[in-house]
Amino acid sequence: MLDKTIVGILISAIAFVTVYAITPGLINALTKRNMVVKDYNKEVATMVARPGGPSMLAGILASEFVLYTFFPSTAILAIIITTSLAFLVGFADDRKVLGGWFKPLALAGTAIPIILLGVYLPHLAFPLFGSVRIPELYLALIIFMIPVMGNAINSIDVLNGVASGFMTIASFALTICLVIIHNYDVALASLPLGFVSLAFYKYHKVPSRIFPGDSGALTMGAMYGTLAIVGHVEVIAAIALLPAVINSFLFLSSVKRVIEHRQIKAKPVVHTEDFRLMASDDKSAPVTLVRLILANGPMTEKQVGFVIFRLALFSAALAIITAFMMEIKI
Amino acid sequence: MKGKPIFFYIFVMWTLIIGGGGLLVSIIAPLSIHGFGAFDHILDSIVKAAIAVILVVLWVLLMSRIKNWIFQKQMSH
Repeated sequence: MLDKTIVGILISAIAFVTVYAITPGLINALTKRNMVVKDYNKEVATMVARPGGPSMLAGILASEFVLYTFFPSTAILAIIITTSLAFLVGFADDRKVLGGWFKPLALAGTAIPIILLGVYLPHLAFPLFGSVRIPELYLALIIFMIPVMGNAINSIDVLNGVASGFMTIASFALTICLVIIHNYDVALASLPLGFVSLAFYKYHKVPSRIFPGDSGALTMGAMYGTLAIVGHVEVIAAIALLPAVINSFLFLSSVKRVIEHRQIKAKPVVHTEDFRLMASDDKSAPVTLVRLILANGPMTEKQVGFVIFRLALFSAALAIITAFMMEIKI
Repeated sequence: MKGKPIFFYIFVMWTLIIGGGGLLVSIIAPLSIHGFGAFDHILDSIVKAAIAVILVVLWVLLMSRIKNWIFQKQMSH
């Protein structure tokens, strides 16, 4: 146990320091190559570097490979391969805008290594009632889970710092849940995600110096989904991610088809004269989490971000309660 | 508190996940089909998968209704 604690501290430090050290260089490199996008929520025209996915992937790979040298396991390999593939899907989308269906389908493909490596148990565990064995259905669940988690994080990446801050909260909650259910190996493998997100948040928070882009958002979402599967905490992981899931659900149920946010013509959020965010009164605009938060009145970008973080903390608390409930059987 | 209905919506979703899990584990999982020989296992899986899909669809419809109910004020804003 002491070995695992020391390795946990080591890989957490590697994940954090790698992203913290690499990201400023990545910002400069992206800016020099004119790989910048406009930050539409700033009063003064501001261009922000994108994507930050490469520094996130570097942090994840560096720490997971170190973990693998200490404790080799196919679960870590599955995390590395699936996360890297999801990064490639996101990076392709960052470089060239691809269709609305491309990402879900390609992300479904990134889940195949999890199946091929056999790092899953075809049981779905629920609190209080125990688990249910669903061998065939579970394969579909694996294919379904990675795109859902990836797109959920991608869809919440709408304001400065939100995706990385949200992921920091959700992934640390997932680590705590894995410890509660005594799955220490996967808890260890989940640490880099929290520390990578935390280090990236330093540059992503208001005012952003870099955006994660699709490569960053899908990397975080796919790794989170893989951890949920290899750690057998699918339900708990979904609960910790509920604000992002709700955002996707609200969006899909209002537009009623799978499309990219950038394809939406009627914007759900507009600006006041002093450039605070305000819910749009356009009936054709999609309902999103940010629009609902703003329904009570205009807020600054930072204030909306903190409301989302409070929702994430609330979901994290529910996930931790659920993890404790896993120990109880009625 | 800002976003109070959203906290409530998350809580409702959480209770529905736990309740749905209970239904799945206690009622649907123990179901078993016999009398079709070698096809028992595959039929069993198909029936359970179909019930699970129906439950998910019902869950989504229910969440949609609850969403409209909770956010009625916000939606009309």
